[in-house]
Amino acid sequence: MEDTMLSLETQEDTFSYDEVEQWVSLASATALIAYGFSRRSLPGLFLALAATPLAFRGVSGSWPRFNGSTTSDDTRVALAQSRGLHVREAIRLEKPVAEVYRFWRNLENLPRFMSHLQRVTDLGNGRSHWEAKGPAHITVEWDAEIINEVEDKVLGWRSLPGSDIVTAGSVNFSTVRGGRSTQVSVHLQYEPPGRRAGALVAALFGSNPASMIREDLRHLKQLLEAGEIPRATVPLT
Amino acid sequence: MKAVRYYGKEDVRVESVPDPEILNPRDAIVKITATAICGSDLHIYGGYIPTMKKGDVLGHEFMGEVVEVGRDNHRLKVGDRVVVPFTIACGRCFFCKEQLWSLCDNSNPNAWIAEKLYGYSASGLFGYSHMYGGYAGGQAEFVRVPFADVGPLKVPNTLSDEQVLFLSDILPTGYMAAESCDIKPGHTIAVWGCGPVGQFAIQSARLLGAERIIAIDRFPERLALAASKGQAEVLNYEDIDVADTLRELTGGQGPDACIDAVGLESHGTTLDAWYDRAKASMYLATDRPHALRQAISACRKGGTVSIPGVYGGWLDKFPLGAAFAKGLTLKMGQTHMHKYMPLLLERIERGEIDPSFIITHRVTLDDAPEMYRIFREKEDACIKVVMKPGERTRQGLHP
Repeated sequence: MEDTMLSLETQEDTFSYDEVEQWVSLASATALIAYGFSRRSLPGLFLALAATPLAFRGVSGSWPRFNGSTTSDDTRVALAQSRGLHVREAIRLEKPVAEVYRFWRNLENLPRFMSHLQRVTDLGNGRSHWEAKGPAHITVEWDAEIINEVEDKVLGWRSLPGSDIVTAGSVNFSTVRGGRSTQVSVHLQYEPPGRRAGALVAALFGSNPASMIREDLRHLKQLLEAGEIPRATVPLT
Repeated sequence: MKAVRYYGKEDVRVESVPDPEILNPRDAIVKITATAICGSDLHIYGGYIPTMKKGDVLGHEFMGEVVEVGRDNHRLKVGDRVVVPFTIACGRCFFCKEQLWSLCDNSNPNAWIAEKLYGYSASGLFGYSHMYGGYAGGQAEFVRVPFADVGPLKVPNTLSDEQVLFLSDILPTGYMAAESCDIKPGHTIAVWGCGPVGQFAIQSARLLGAERIIAIDRFPERLALAASKGQAEVLNYEDIDVADTLRELTGGQGPDACIDAVGLESHGTTLDAWYDRAKASMYLATDRPHALRQAISACRKGGTVSIPGVYGGWLDKFPLGAAFAKGLTLKMGQTHMHKYMPLLLERIERGEIDPSFIITHRVTLDDAPEMYRIFREKEDACIKVVMKPGERTRQGLHP
């Protein structure tokens, strides 16, 4: 029995978004290149060449860059220079909008589905204290105030001076499918990486904050719809 | 407890593992009285299913007795005798409400992996890789059943385990495959693959009013079973040209619907297998997936191709042109178990179907490693293996 426990804990093979994305990139690129060459024609050759950056991405995990100052039309990249890190995600739930709003408006519920949050304490008068946890026991704390509140429609907040990080967020609640479902759209904004606060943000969210928020929203949906967040017998570490 | 665990390609072992515990409020723990090896378990055994980990407990066809329930599970009580569906569903999301139970939004803890591959994730499954949730399976003495207030079906004591066990997967799977064919009086249905799902698809097509059923396989014992139990006309594809014969048998029109109960094992379903094939295609055209291509080609104009067989990757040379030209309807996907189990239990109770006829081997859990091999090699005329964890002594291989 003890042997079994040990072997479960020492398993090392895990799967990450990046890995899966790399498999898909590599597999797709290989197919395109193989197909391109198999045409034995000029268009085929171009197809094969065109797939090369995809292959690069499959191997390296990122798109090839030809110099350091490449401009990007990705808002997340562009805004990171001046206005912080933006994350936008949305999810649809089979629950009445009022119920979803009420759950979120009780900010102390947020750690139940947001994995990086340890605790949110309601200080009254629209103010709250947030504690988050990063890898290697990094703890980040900030005070926030609600700056926009329309019942069953929108909730906005921002961090107050003196906090560990600079952050703002808003959530829009709307009814869809003729009122049968609720859509929750989240927009989070954080201090850009580079400064101390930015470094803490990077530590909290890792390289893919959108993925993390998407998982958090999935957990919100599971909690409200199914009444519980599903758990595997053998968790994926 | 004792459990059948995956260790790698063609390597399953019976070992002692910790007993399962209630992890969530709607859970139940079931003491298993009968569990089967599914043809799709052989995909795992062959190393074709990605995101399996060493030590994973296998098995998704099982039934037994409830021994513990979670605090929010108000439907089951200790002592209930239940059959558990292999798909896990919350019962409250958009998809469950639409009766698309195997597409449940809330039962796969690792949905993000499936989303990367498929865009969106289907439901969690028992004992079928971490991409489908990493849930321990039911080839064991006990199993934890999530959302046990909507999944497990209570069965009456008047029916034996062997009569109801296959409600856990293959009977509903064969039935949904036949139902998808939209069978009308006078229809001819062709079924590729006479394994357990093919046999139940044949039975179901008969129940749903098909006039003729033509079954295609290469194993004589499976064809014989299709002929004797399903009154099917049988074709051994090693002896005849299937396309020509189907055309002739249907007066040049083709079957009204075709069922692919074969799937894609020989083809490999993992990304790396696909990558290998992509490489191979630089030198050689591939000629698979053979059964599905043949079904699409053979089907009459305006007909339906129903696909209960499992596919996992990207198909080469898929004849979409033929499907388009003939205006075919393609239907596929994991079975919406929760929708079909109650009505099939009624059919069993009424004596319209006795699913136990496919069982060829009755063994104990300890025999699992050997039985996986025998089932894979189709030795000993093996069609279906049922294991009874409670029985320590091994019975003869044949009933």
